[in-house]
Amino acid sequence: MNGGQDLGGMMGFGPIDPETGEPVFHAEWERRVFALTLAAGAPGGWNIDMSRFARENRPPQDYLSKSYYELWLAGLETLLAERGLVSAQEIEEGRPIGPSEPPARILAAADVEAAMRRGGPTDREPSRPASYKPGDRVMTINSHPRGHTRLPRYVRGKPGIVDVVHGCHVFPDSNAAGLGEDPQWLYGVLFDAAELWGPDAESGQTLRVDLWEPYLVAI
Amino acid sequence: MAQDHHDHDHDHSELSDVALRVRALETVLTGKGYVEPAALDALIDLYETKVGPRNGARVVARAWSDPAFRDRLLEDATAAIAELDYVGRQGEHMVCVANTPDIHNMIVCTLCSCYPWPVLGLPPVWYKSAPYRSRVVIDPRGVLAEFGVTLPETTKIRVWDSTAEIRYLVLPMRPEGTEGWSEEALAELVTRDSMIGTGLPLSSSEAER
Repeated sequence: MNGGQDLGGMMGFGPIDPETGEPVFHAEWERRVFALTLAAGAPGGWNIDMSRFARENRPPQDYLSKSYYELWLAGLETLLAERGLVSAQEIEEGRPIGPSEPPARILAAADVEAAMRRGGPTDREPSRPASYKPGDRVMTINSHPRGHTRLPRYVRGKPGIVDVVHGCHVFPDSNAAGLGEDPQWLYGVLFDAAELWGPDAESGQTLRVDLWEPYLVAI
Repeated sequence: MAQDHHDHDHDHSELSDVALRVRALETVLTGKGYVEPAALDALIDLYETKVGPRNGARVVARAWSDPAFRDRLLEDATAAIAELDYVGRQGEHMVCVANTPDIHNMIVCTLCSCYPWPVLGLPPVWYKSAPYRSRVVIDPRGVLAEFGVTLPETTKIRVWDSTAEIRYLVLPMRPEGTEGWSEEALAELVTRDSMIGTGLPLSSSEAER
């Protein structure tokens, strides 16, 4: 979606303002939101693309006014509500209301380290050969889906060069919508900054963006 | 996204609305048996005290010390980094990109906050916030200036946007005057920002101060 998350090339946000000696978390509630989000993924059964979409699928002014962990909280509430696991009323009252289904699975403390070490690899066995190889010239599609996509606006309808073939990976546009993993070939595509930003671009600057085959056409 | 690191929620203050809401959600989730409280504590402990940028610094220091490791790191970073036992979530598919006098690499995730957790830990606020995510792709030299970094005009900049599940680690150039240094001493020169590309490693004289 053309939402507040798609920030590349926007202007006016002010200085970056890095914090010296920054702590990992700035408040106890940030620790809890972080951990709740990771742990609730077990009973929730959602995937990473669904959780990204739950955070970004809101009015841009809402997205841009929330801090990072406020977005995680909002996304988590959405994911839980969509699955009927936690209602808004339960959060308002701070207690479970009525009977609830026992969870299909939960993350046990003893399994935390192993689960994090396992992670969630997204590479899959290809069912067909890759259409492009390094050095091929490609054009990104001009597409504005209402759902989740990982093709940023600033590289839509732009020419680039395939730099590397990463392999076949889960396709976020499908996976976020609950339509299955639909694995697609993933490429590192190189862009000349002048193609993206025009004559004022930084001289010699290049950008490399990871893009799935459905985002590309041959030129 | 708002940058909120000036709005600290100190333990002695009244709980904010968001803190109260998180507490309510945690009560509901634990009450229903959906999350185990000890698992929450284990997750926080893991990413607050064990997984962090010192991991990445050890990877870089080894690459500076061991040419064969450097070759493996640039060829298959996931496997090379696993040699140091840094594996897992948000580092399942690693790529390492080397800075040279000709090219300086900078990493961003314009669409969210993708970051290589096993080697760098959780990302700092600025990495996740709108000013950096919007600007580094269109004005990388201006961003570097804000971090106090000035590169030679002849050094080209390449910005890597982490749009997929590939995670990137910058291999900065080894500082001059560090011949014969141990891996442990070299790791002390490696800053977190030098592995994102918004900074450079400390010089040998900075390390001695």
